[in-house]
Amino acid sequence: MSLIQLKPQTAPAASGKSHLKQATQGHRFDAELVAVTKRYGTGPAAVADISLRIPRGSYCCLLGPSGCGKSTTLRMLAGHEDVSEGAILIHGEEVTHKLPVDRGTSMMFQDYALFPHLSCLDNVAFSLKVRGVATRERRAQARQYLELVQMDHLADRLPNQLSGGQQQRVALARSLITRPKVLLLDEPLSALDPFLRVKMRSELKRIQKELGISFIHVTHSQDEALALSDMIVVMNDAKIMQAAPVREVFETPTNAFVARFLGGQNVLNSNGREVSVRTDRCRLGHATGLRSVEGQIAMIEYQGNIVRITLQTPLGDEMTVLQSDTDYFAQNPQIGDTAMMSWQASDEHILAPT
Amino acid sequence: MKLSPKAVSLLQIAPMGIIFAAMVLVPLVIIFVVSFLDYDFAQVFPEIYLGSWKDVFTSQLTLNLYETTFKFVAIVWVVTFTLGFSIAYFLVFHVRSMQVRLMLLAAIAIPFWTSGPIRAVAWVPLLGREGLVNQALLGLGIVTEPVSWLMYSEFAILIAYIHLLTMPMVITISNSMMKVPRSIIQAAQDAGASEFQIIREIILPLARPGIAIGTIFVVTAVMGDFFIVKTMSGGQVNTATMAIVTELNAFQYPPAAAKSVLMLAIVLGLVAILLRFADIRKELTK
Ligand SMILES: Nc1ncnc2c1ncn2[C@@H]1O[C@H](COP(=O)(O)OP(=O)(O)O)[C@@H](O)[C@H]1O
Ligand SMILES: [Mg+2]
Repeated sequence: MSLIQLKPQTAPAASGKSHLKQATQGHRFDAELVAVTKRYGTGPAAVADISLRIPRGSYCCLLGPSGCGKSTTLRMLAGHEDVSEGAILIHGEEVTHKLPVDRGTSMMFQDYALFPHLSCLDNVAFSLKVRGVATRERRAQARQYLELVQMDHLADRLPNQLSGGQQQRVALARSLITRPKVLLLDEPLSALDPFLRVKMRSELKRIQKELGISFIHVTHSQDEALALSDMIVVMNDAKIMQAAPVREVFETPTNAFVARFLGGQNVLNSNGREVSVRTDRCRLGHATGLRSVEGQIAMIEYQGNIVRITLQTPLGDEMTVLQSDTDYFAQNPQIGDTAMMSWQASDEHILAPT
Repeated sequence: MKLSPKAVSLLQIAPMGIIFAAMVLVPLVIIFVVSFLDYDFAQVFPEIYLGSWKDVFTSQLTLNLYETTFKFVAIVWVVTFTLGFSIAYFLVFHVRSMQVRLMLLAAIAIPFWTSGPIRAVAWVPLLGREGLVNQALLGLGIVTEPVSWLMYSEFAILIAYIHLLTMPMVITISNSMMKVPRSIIQAAQDAGASEFQIIREIILPLARPGIAIGTIFVVTAVMGDFFIVKTMSGGQVNTATMAIVTELNAFQYPPAAAKSVLMLAIVLGLVAILLRFADIRKELTK
């Protein structure tokens, strides 16, 4: 079976239900949040007045520390949580008060949420069953989706007879068979061991590219967000700090929070302004024409082709230098040494105050 | 002295084993043996007599007793299951706050802190000839004279059973339902299942252990009960268990023993079937 068959755009128009039709050509954004606020009870807002537009066919990661409102945002998109204020659009169509099934979204849950009493095949076929599709046909279709996630050989097993990674694949197939316009994933990889996490991560990206729909993926892992995203949305404290293509977020963080959270940047004061400088553009030692700061070497981590050196400045800030192993062995610094870290003025990126 | 691990575990279970043998197995064997013995109005003879067993399987009178018992079991099960499932569903999936849920559960449970006889007597002012229900019916002009079958009738017995046994159904079923993760329900909603489909396809199968345990509770309670039958029917309705008690009071031990053994076999059979739906050990540890 060719994967092209599964592409939503080429889905047979036989199914008369409008929410199965995919990717109408008229919209520019797969998902939009317009001034969305969510309050639980009377406390401070869990999500405060956020606006976001996710272009067509994007892999978008919502990144932020625990409790910043990522899951709430995702659940509002899914329709599992009421919106206090604002509007939500999917494919340009307002869905703020629609039922989950009428939105064209599908959610993949952190705990997979497979139906424990149904075989993998019947788990995947469930959405067809509730629509009244005959047993043979729905099982045949479900098998195609299990093939997509390479789980067809275990179709008859119950969920608790599968490993975490395998359950995840089944959950993915079960979400995809509803032909969602947008797939929502809440920390899908956090329950997997590191090896599987990296493997599943590339799998998710491959499937997203093949289907051409948008994935909105919640994570608190910077690595994951950088590896997967076309677009990163950094959140903190119920607000969006920055939403931009991955390279833009990494290279030109808007403020110190984004720079620190994404990593790979030193945040420092230069001529009275807060700036960020990429750790791989900083080096140990000093030369004329370079800006520099002095500190004590607190940590040296050898990572094979690069070496990560952490300096503690007299003010207590931590600075990181990423060096090639050649440079490192040439200089051979030791923990406890006093050293200079220097960078070029042109590598400074000015941060907005937070 | 060193004991083999096997001997150690045997020693460890010995106290329980001895108590179980002395208090359960030995009496059961005695009952079983007695059921095959001859008797007259005053004593049991050590002579084989199969009359008690023949009677159990052939006498129309005895068969009617079992029929009444099973009718009660069936009706009470259907009603308590329907009520128990609906109430549990409401408590678990529609009552949002845990506090309200516990308050409502307590409201169901607290009346049962009173003793059985008091609760049985308490039905009289409600269902009796001069009771609240009859007065209301008369007052509304729905009936012209008091309805007599409300109290001291099969209807009264059923009411008392249902009142008593709905709570265990609610508790065991809601216990199972509370273990269903919210995300599973949301996944079913994402798939487009209606509330009714979610109940039928997801919640009902996942609540099966609770239903099975609640059913065991109801079945054994109704089959083993004579007190409610006696008080609520005023002695006008007879069941198999009532007959056993009557025979015991008349010193007719062998037929009582035969009926008891049969009853035990039926109950054990039912429980064995129901346990196929519920892994008790898993229910207790989870
Ligand atoms: N059901 C809820 N009731 C009350 N407060 C909630 C609920 N869900 C989340 N919150 C609060 O909203 C904030 C954001 O939560 P969440 O979106 O889960 O964060 P994240 O997924 O980024 O870790 C947190 O402060 C959390 O305590
Ligand atoms: Mg979360």
